[in-house]
Amino acid sequence: MNGPQDLGGQHGFGPVAPEPDEPRFHADWERRAMALTLAAGAMGTWSIDESRHARESLPPAVYLRASYYEIWIRALEALLVRHGFVTEAELAEGRALEPGAAPLRVLAALAVPAVISRGAPVDRAPGDVQPAFAPGDLVRTAVMHPAGHTRLPRYARGKTGVVEAVQGFHVFPDSNACGRGEAPQWLYSVVFEAAGIWGRDAEPGAALSIDAWESYLERP
Amino acid sequence: MTDKHHDHPHEDGHEDGPDPMVARVAALEAVLTEKGLVEADALDAILELYETRIGPRNGARVIARAWSDPDYADWLRRDATAAIADLGYTGRQGEHMRAVFNTEAMHNLVVCTLCSCYPWSVLGLPPVWYKSPPYRARAVIAPREVLAEFGVVLPEGTAIRVWDSTAEIRYLVVPVRPEGTDGLDAEALAALVTRDSMIGAGLALAL
Repeated sequence: MNGPQDLGGQHGFGPVAPEPDEPRFHADWERRAMALTLAAGAMGTWSIDESRHARESLPPAVYLRASYYEIWIRALEALLVRHGFVTEAELAEGRALEPGAAPLRVLAALAVPAVISRGAPVDRAPGDVQPAFAPGDLVRTAVMHPAGHTRLPRYARGKTGVVEAVQGFHVFPDSNACGRGEAPQWLYSVVFEAAGIWGRDAEPGAALSIDAWESYLERP
Repeated sequence: MTDKHHDHPHEDGHEDGPDPMVARVAALEAVLTEKGLVEADALDAILELYETRIGPRNGARVIARAWSDPDYADWLRRDATAAIADLGYTGRQGEHMRAVFNTEAMHNLVVCTLCSCYPWSVLGLPPVWYKSPPYRARAVIAPREVLAEFGVVLPEGTAIRVWDSTAEIRYLVVPVRPEGTDGLDAEALAALVTRDSMIGAGLALAL
């Protein structure tokens, strides 16, 4: 979606402000927000793609004002309500008011190290599906503006680049984010000359790459 | 964001009053624990991992080993996920790793313009600047300017390659090994590897 998350190349946000000796968290609520997001995600009801889509679906003015953990919390609330685990009234009151959906599983403390160290790999067996492109191939990215989730940034649409590597056969977020299944595809590292993206405003001597699923790409 | 609200959360309250996120997150946690959807002990266990076990020292050990062992560096180049797992670093937001090597001719910089993708298994949780609009907006269009804001001025002849983490591949930058470090053991080398140098927003420390 052409949402507030698609920030590449936008102007007006000012300089980067690295913080010397930045603490891991800036407030205790951020610690709780991080842990709650992971623990609730471990129920297994939504994918990371649906979760990202919930974050970028926040109203642009909210998204751009919020710290990242606030974005996480607002999206987590939306996911929990969407899937029937909690109600808006419960979130407003801070207590349970009615039974909700039953979780597939609940993360136990003892399982945490194993769950984190396993992660959630998204590579899938390709079977007979051969990659359509090979390293060195010239490709053009699709021109598209889907209202749903996509991982093709606006700045990289309709651009010509070179396939640098075949990265694997990966779950397709555009499908998985909205419950249409994992629909895995070949994934490629595609590199562009900066001038091919930014034209006369490119910095000299720069190149830029994205990871692009096969359906984002066509032969020029 | 660069305004004070984000740089200095005012949990304790001042002229703007208390940060509403304090009550909001407390309410959410109360509902989730009361409904049995999350367990309090599991929250503590998650925090314990990310506050004591998973952070940029993991990545620094990977880099130090790559600097001191050419066979390991080669493995890291070919199959970073496996080479990093050999040091015990696996899992969440590090399931599919790729290492990119800086040289005098080429400097690599990693960003996620669309969200905050970051190699947690080797670098821990991302810093605020990495997740914030200024970096996400500008790393792709003005990488040399952004590097200068980190105090990194590259020679004009050094090309820059920006990696936008648009999928689940997570990138680890292998910085150039500082000169004069031939005699150092892995632990001493790892001490020269900063978090920012493994994102490409910094260089390894000079001896």
